Amino acid sequence: MDLSHGAGGRAMAHLIADLFQAEFGNEYLAQGNDQAAFDVAGGRMVMTTDGFVVSPLFFPGGDIGSLAVHGTINDIAMAGARPLYLTASYILEEGLPLADLKRIAASMGRASRDAGVPVVAGDTKVVERGKADGVFIATAGIGVVPAGLRLSGDLARPGDVVLLSGPIGDHGVAIMSCREHLSFDTAVLSDSAALHGLVAAMVARAGSGLRAMRDPTRGGLAATLNEIAQQSGVGILLREAAIPVRPQVAAACELLGLDPLNVANEGRLVAIADRQAAPALLEAMRGHPLGADAVEIGEVVEDADHFVQMITGFGGGRIVDWLAGEQLPRIC
Amino acid sequence: MKYVDEYRDAARARSLASAIGAEVVPGSAYAFMEFCGGHTHAISRYGIEDLLPPAIRMIHGPGCPVCVLPVGRIDAAIALARNPRVTLCTYADLMRVPASKGDSLQKAKAAGADIRMVYSTLDVLAIAAAEPSREVVFFAIGFETTTPPTAIAVQRAAAEGLANFSVFCNHVLTPAAMRAILATEGEEGVRLDGFVGPAHVSTIIGTEPYRQVAAEYRKPVVIAGFEPLDVMQSILLLVRQVNEGRAEVENQYIRAVRPNGNERAQAAIAEVFALRDRFEWRGLGWVPHSALRLRPEHARFDAEVRFGLETPSASDNPACECGAILRGVKRPAECKLFGTACTPESPMGSCMVSSEGACAAHWTYGRFRMPARLAS
Repeated sequence: MDLSHGAGGRAMAHLIADLFQAEFGNEYLAQGNDQAAFDVAGGRMVMTTDGFVVSPLFFPGGDIGSLAVHGTINDIAMAGARPLYLTASYILEEGLPLADLKRIAASMGRASRDAGVPVVAGDTKVVERGKADGVFIATAGIGVVPAGLRLSGDLARPGDVVLLSGPIGDHGVAIMSCREHLSFDTAVLSDSAALHGLVAAMVARAGSGLRAMRDPTRGGLAATLNEIAQQSGVGILLREAAIPVRPQVAAACELLGLDPLNVANEGRLVAIADRQAAPALLEAMRGHPLGADAVEIGEVVEDADHFVQMITGFGGGRIVDWLAGEQLPRIC
Repeated sequence: MKYVDEYRDAARARSLASAIGAEVVPGSAYAFMEFCGGHTHAISRYGIEDLLPPAIRMIHGPGCPVCVLPVGRIDAAIALARNPRVTLCTYADLMRVPASKGDSLQKAKAAGADIRMVYSTLDVLAIAAAEPSREVVFFAIGFETTTPPTAIAVQRAAAEGLANFSVFCNHVLTPAAMRAILATEGEEGVRLDGFVGPAHVSTIIGTEPYRQVAAEYRKPVVIAGFEPLDVMQSILLLVRQVNEGRAEVENQYIRAVRPNGNERAQAAIAEVFALRDRFEWRGLGWVPHSALRLRPEHARFDAEVRFGLETPSASDNPACECGAILRGVKRPAECKLFGTACTPESPMGSCMVSSEGACAAHWTYGRFRMPARLAS
């Protein structure tokens, strides 16, 4: 990758054609315009934007490309919406091997096709060596919400239940296994996945019982639940024994002194739902490959302090706070 | 998971809680100090205090090496890191500890200092070998648990003839700290009935070093493992000792602690380190024979000698109660700064920064005690 690839000239045109159009291959990109044009269905739309700066670019279970597709789709899906279109804007560092970029583009193309959500517009810029960490990807996505469905983080009410689609901590541990100075052998793969199929199954089965959904990415389950508790002005009470963690992930977290509650996930969702709708929702989730281990982990309660609290597996009580900053391994 | 799940079993916790409740003498009060930050963390994370009878009070001790490091020593490390030839390597917990003028290693790193987080002293040796033009300094802290890795690193550096490696040594000693706490007891010190003794420190030093402390001050010490069932069983053993008027050293952590400890580790420590006359501890003041420095024959690996480091005595925010909290005299909530000026986002003192500090543990896990009826 050199600066000419971003300069707008012939080199850039070739890059876009050979690499991006070839991998993403859809009618919108094929037109070769700076924008994509499409008819808009009536109703309520959602739009999101996201940035991806993950390091390393390639990790067990995924890469920055597939992560970008999954993450953007998931932000749309958390509104209960059907994702329609994505855009992807690349900031590339001079010196990035073209083979790496091709690999990322291929991965994104595959993720996009598998999800049925095309990347319809894009942009490419190249910056000098040292000014970007290989690749930065910025995305946008739009989707449409089924009529009558309104999900929002401020709609949780005392008596509602908290549902989780699967085991936590996989993505963060997979990433950490690649980082310098924290290397260890582990079979943990990132859980990075597009969740719109799972969401569609939930909405179809018992959409009216859903209050809010969110994917617990950076900051983990603890951050996500604290966000919702604050937004809704409620407390949340969890049962630690109900929260699934894979043995390898638990072992890695033990080793490093990390709490799985604070570790990022990229293919899980948390749903706040009306108690009556929980059995149906869980059934719908468990019927989908990405929700096979779905479980109820707690409930929403009255709490003027908006704390997230947990009954530990041991039988005592503790607060589940969100972290001040990056989670740091303990020394002893 | 082996040796983990079995020691976190809720049913066993309940039966231990009943046993403790049954042995507590009605009308008596028991105050035990868990010396080690790892135990503070376990007690908070698992909510052990909810399972203990109200007669038992747990006091958080100073066994968090990050917490007891005086501000002046962190200032010195930051100043060292600002030297453009220096690469300062540190364990993660030290990154956010507040130094003077609101500075920290993390802030210095953001401003361009070459500060690298490491998980092992072997990483530091690797960096020194890979970057011979850099002056690689290891910011060494910790009680006896982390002292052997530093000793081994110095021995290896000597064997390999590494010319660009040194250690800024802040290793401290557990029995000396226990004495310092017990010596202040009775002035403004708080009544202590016994210690939950450190787990991994004891794997290194064994059980003997505590005998003198227990005998001299007539306080039982039960060396406890880090799992919550270990802690509860140790509390049961302490209650029994108090009831029976005994002041013995008992080892609950028999799966990891031998009476003689780890003799190879002890030998490495003895070869590399010597006792300082005295060392300043945050919260405990100057404590004699409580810390280590490198032996004169290893002076070339001693960053204080190599760089002529001065460590000015720096004082904490006057309202900061870290000192009283570390001595068990005050609880986190009794500090005026707790939760207002002092939070994990903006820590005023070390007790809030390290996840094992009493204030951080209370903030993170126990800020709002759950009503008893919600605990299963």
